Amino acid sequence: MVTFLGINLFGLFGQLLVGLINGSFYALLSLGLAIIFGLLKIINFAQGAMYMLGAFAAWLALQYMGINYWAALIIVPLAVGLVGVLMERFLIRPIANEDHLYSLLLTFGFALMLQGIFTHMYGSSGLSYSIPEALRGGTKLPFMYLPDYRAWIICASVVVCGLTWWMIEKTKLGAYLRAGTENPQLMQAFGINVPLIVTLTFGFGVGLAGLAGVMAAPIYSVSPDMGSNLLIVVFAIVVIGGMGSIGGAILTGLGMGVIEGLTKYFYPEASNTVIFLVMVIVLLLKPAGLFGKEA
Amino acid sequence: MSTHREKLRIDDLHAFYGESHILHGIDMHVMQGELVTLLGRNGSGRSTTLRAIMNMVGRRSGSININGTETINMPAHKIAHLGLGYCPEERGIFSSLNVEENLLLPPSVRSDGMSVEELYEMFPNLYERRYSQGTRLSGGEQQMLALARILRSGANILLLDEITEGLAPVIVQKLGEVLVKLKERGLTILLVEQNFRFAGPIADRHYVMEHGHIVEEIHAHELEAKTELLNTYLGV
Repeated sequence: MVTFLGINLFGLFGQLLVGLINGSFYALLSLGLAIIFGLLKIINFAQGAMYMLGAFAAWLALQYMGINYWAALIIVPLAVGLVGVLMERFLIRPIANEDHLYSLLLTFGFALMLQGIFTHMYGSSGLSYSIPEALRGGTKLPFMYLPDYRAWIICASVVVCGLTWWMIEKTKLGAYLRAGTENPQLMQAFGINVPLIVTLTFGFGVGLAGLAGVMAAPIYSVSPDMGSNLLIVVFAIVVIGGMGSIGGAILTGLGMGVIEGLTKYFYPEASNTVIFLVMVIVLLLKPAGLFGKEA
Repeated sequence: MSTHREKLRIDDLHAFYGESHILHGIDMHVMQGELVTLLGRNGSGRSTTLRAIMNMVGRRSGSININGTETINMPAHKIAHLGLGYCPEERGIFSSLNVEENLLLPPSVRSDGMSVEELYEMFPNLYERRYSQGTRLSGGEQQMLALARILRSGANILLLDEITEGLAPVIVQKLGEVLVKLKERGLTILLVEQNFRFAGPIADRHYVMEHGHIVEEIHAHELEAKTELLNTYLGV
């Protein structure tokens, strides 16, 4: 066994890898939440259910239509995004002028409904989805064995998050989004169809959760409560990063995954609570979050 | 050249914010190339008139005809595309965008908008500070940016709300020069203004508003004769 200062390096790097994997999912999910919150000021409690829907959709597509992982990676996020578009258009928009508490409750109820439907149809024990052929191997590194699929998840998540960040912070479309967040009424007066942007943005944010779901299917079991288990942690991450901060959501997502992984190695008992501990500390020291703008 | 000499015609316009009835039957018109001001005390409904034209109020009724198109039932985001550029009282510079992004933000509503180079020539300060955060600019620079961005969009009917408010005299003078230049280019301007010494010499006509009504229309040549009357309305 390779040790350094009494630390089992295989174990440490193993947990770091698990942390990075979890962090990749945290980043994708909190990014979607941050985008939706930033533009619509809606706290989308259905984000976890959309992630679950993505995983189930990938499983169903393979099972009944023979659609493989790679095709699902494209089709499922689009389909889940479409669910988001319909949800925004027909459920959220009619109550858009009410207190935000209403939309929060609505998305929460929607999540419970979806979860209930899938529990009823497929039980709660979880289904398995096999890792695609091309990614079944692995690489032996000095201190650890890195399975290809896990490396793929980390890379894909970083690329998707990076592209999304670039799109929002550096392009004209992103400028519309940022400006629309600040002053939607003036954007309308400039001739920009803000309601359309809002719908598409909601769809995009939800689509990201669908993508995370497909990527998660081969490594976590596909079960109706996979989303709700994750959602609370993801909310904590969005709060730590700063509500609505795009870069903050990405970096905090990855960072918290790593911190969780390290805690699992050094003091496993605290691994489930460490993120909330960080949240409490951050809220006490910097209430707007690490990357949030002070009001 | 447009065939509609009348760029803007408003008939019996009523506007509401929730339960409050703000505009009570406004009738007015602005011709191509005219510079018309809305004068009046604070709260007389001048800003609301501009906002009602842009469909930014709660509810409105009556008729607003822009370039020959009736817009009273038109969604807000389509109105600008008739060639309107709106500059709100609070200037509406976006803090999450830098100066150049702010400038490029409004989509083109007509094809012959001013180029970025032309605008930087007109407002050299904006060029120097093009990568600064929009709201880091001074009040005067923000006002120039707010004006420049609707000029780039190609809008040829400008609705400008209190553009000189709180600005230093030298900047007010610069804005006056810019408005005269725009008028020479044939742009149509509806100006809400408090500063009568600014608006008086450059405007063709004035509408005076009180309690959501238009109470007086004054042509530039009548100005001297009606100064007394105007002063009573404006309370100066």
